[in-house]
Amino acid sequence: MRETVMQYLNAFAIGGLICSAGQVLIDKTKLTPARILVLFVSMGVVLTALGVYQGIVDVGGAGATIPLTGFGYSLAKGAFRDVDKYGLLGAFTGGIRATAAGVAAAVFFSYLAAVAFKPRAKS
Amino acid sequence: MLEKKAGKQTSQLQKFPSIIATASIVGPKEGKGPLADYFDQAVDDEFWGEKSWEKAESKFMREVLAKVVSKASMAMDALDFVIAGDLLNQCIAANFGIRESNIPFYGIYGACSTIGEAMQLGAALIEGGFAFNVACLTSSHFCSAEKQFRFPLELGSQRHPTAQWTVTGSGGIILSAEGDGPYITRFTTGKIVDMGIKDQNNMGAAMAPAAADTIYAHFEDTGLSPDYYDMIVTGDLGKVGKRITEDLLSSNGIRISKLLNDCGLMIFDSKQDVHAGGSGCGCAATVFAGFLYDRLKKGKLNRILFVPTGALLSPTSVQQGETIPCIAHAVAIENTKGVNQ
Amino acid sequence: MQHIMTKNDYRKYVDKVSPNSKTVRNTLRAFVVGGFICMIGQFFMNSFKQMGLDQEVTSSLTSIVMIFLGVSLTALNLYDDLGKFAGAGSIVPITGFANAVASPAIEYKSEGYVLGIGARMFLIAGPVLVYGISMSIIAGIFRYLLKH
Repeated sequence: MRETVMQYLNAFAIGGLICSAGQVLIDKTKLTPARILVLFVSMGVVLTALGVYQGIVDVGGAGATIPLTGFGYSLAKGAFRDVDKYGLLGAFTGGIRATAAGVAAAVFFSYLAAVAFKPRAKS
Repeated sequence: MLEKKAGKQTSQLQKFPSIIATASIVGPKEGKGPLADYFDQAVDDEFWGEKSWEKAESKFMREVLAKVVSKASMAMDALDFVIAGDLLNQCIAANFGIRESNIPFYGIYGACSTIGEAMQLGAALIEGGFAFNVACLTSSHFCSAEKQFRFPLELGSQRHPTAQWTVTGSGGIILSAEGDGPYITRFTTGKIVDMGIKDQNNMGAAMAPAAADTIYAHFEDTGLSPDYYDMIVTGDLGKVGKRITEDLLSSNGIRISKLLNDCGLMIFDSKQDVHAGGSGCGCAATVFAGFLYDRLKKGKLNRILFVPTGALLSPTSVQQGETIPCIAHAVAIENTKGVNQ
Repeated sequence: MQHIMTKNDYRKYVDKVSPNSKTVRNTLRAFVVGGFICMIGQFFMNSFKQMGLDQEVTSSLTSIVMIFLGVSLTALNLYDDLGKFAGAGSIVPITGFANAVASPAIEYKSEGYVLGIGARMFLIAGPVLVYGISMSIIAGIFRYLLKH
């Protein structure tokens, strides 16, 4: 029980911290959302490749995998795993293999949403 | 020597084209703002029964043209020209909105300054004897502008406090060689001014030097003093831009803080979450056609200097890292025929 | 008019007179909302694990569910309101990626099913895939070179 509570609190804290870092960047550098997303996914790949991000995932759980840096983590981890298994070819197959579910879901659900729904003005 | 020209930028009119009618239609947010009672109509849905924001914006313009013609109690074909513009690529709101009118048409682009540009060109056509009646129209639409210049509407992002809110609406006026005022007495055509601002979320700061430059030129060319006018009203500088304009002019010896007002600040209440204020081709046009024209007609204002301001950027120029060139056009509108020599 | 300022001076002056974002307030909001979205993710992760699914299936399913939530809130015109409040708190989590894919798809439906929805879907999220995938390939190649 206590362990589960800690798990949730860690996810909240680590996830919150990563998002806060994004907010400071938006406010201080005027980066647009697209640039923030690119920056975070790239940072995820780099930190994972350097062996840093695994430690954050071990502590933060979903707090580290749900933010976009976690997408970068999955990409890099997948690439490493496939390189170890299949050699150089794995560098090309691993990233997409590991993130296929998310990317496919985003494309498919978004398509359905676009067919069925309309944009609405902000008030 | 050009007898109607004063200084480098100002034209002094002698026939004094009269503004014989105006019309304005706005969106739901503008219809809840402080000027709500002055607009002819406020629609309650941004789509206005159309399938896209762009089609809706064209409809705004088409309906405003019909309305302003009927308010002037004239037939559509009594118009010699329509001069219109908007913010969309290739000015499609104007092109499609005017498509069925069957009147000689000039499509123009001056970003949010377009209504000023249209009034100047229309006045010049009448002054030159090429036209008797000219309609000037502009429109903007929050949703089509967001889509073209910023992000999809449903993208969850925050707006910067210096950002401005594009007005949904269209305003139109009819200029005529005959009429009982108010009259366009003189106008000052702006130059492009670029002080190196790149931030598309701070358009007020980009446009302020252009507004100050044109206002300064107006008084320099005409020799008038600012308090000749009851009000100097800029297009859509917003909070930040208005303050900068005051600063720039006062450091050039022109103090107009008491006279200066801004359409972008007039059309919305600060509680309406519009950050620095309103903007868009429809901003100055609807505030003039709705509020200012009413004040002039009722004699609450007798002489105004109307200075619509525009930021001449495009999404491509922003992506290529360009700075934002800006422009402001000043039009003097008075209830008496003025004092031009 | 005499421009008494250089462009450089003008930029400095503009920075001085322009209001800044309320960074402290925004960051706090981003922290709370971002943290909360991650807790929801943790909940699904734990649930799938309890069902006896392995690590890989669990994380794939969690992604799918979170993306479904992000797209649904976008379709119901709610995610933009959340984003206005939370800023990076709702941009950075994977639900924000879903929002970045769904929002242009919905917006550009008026330009048709192929060049509207199909092409514009990646207006904002495309760069994420371009840079994410490319960098993972580079990382993989380095790994390969270091091992051999």
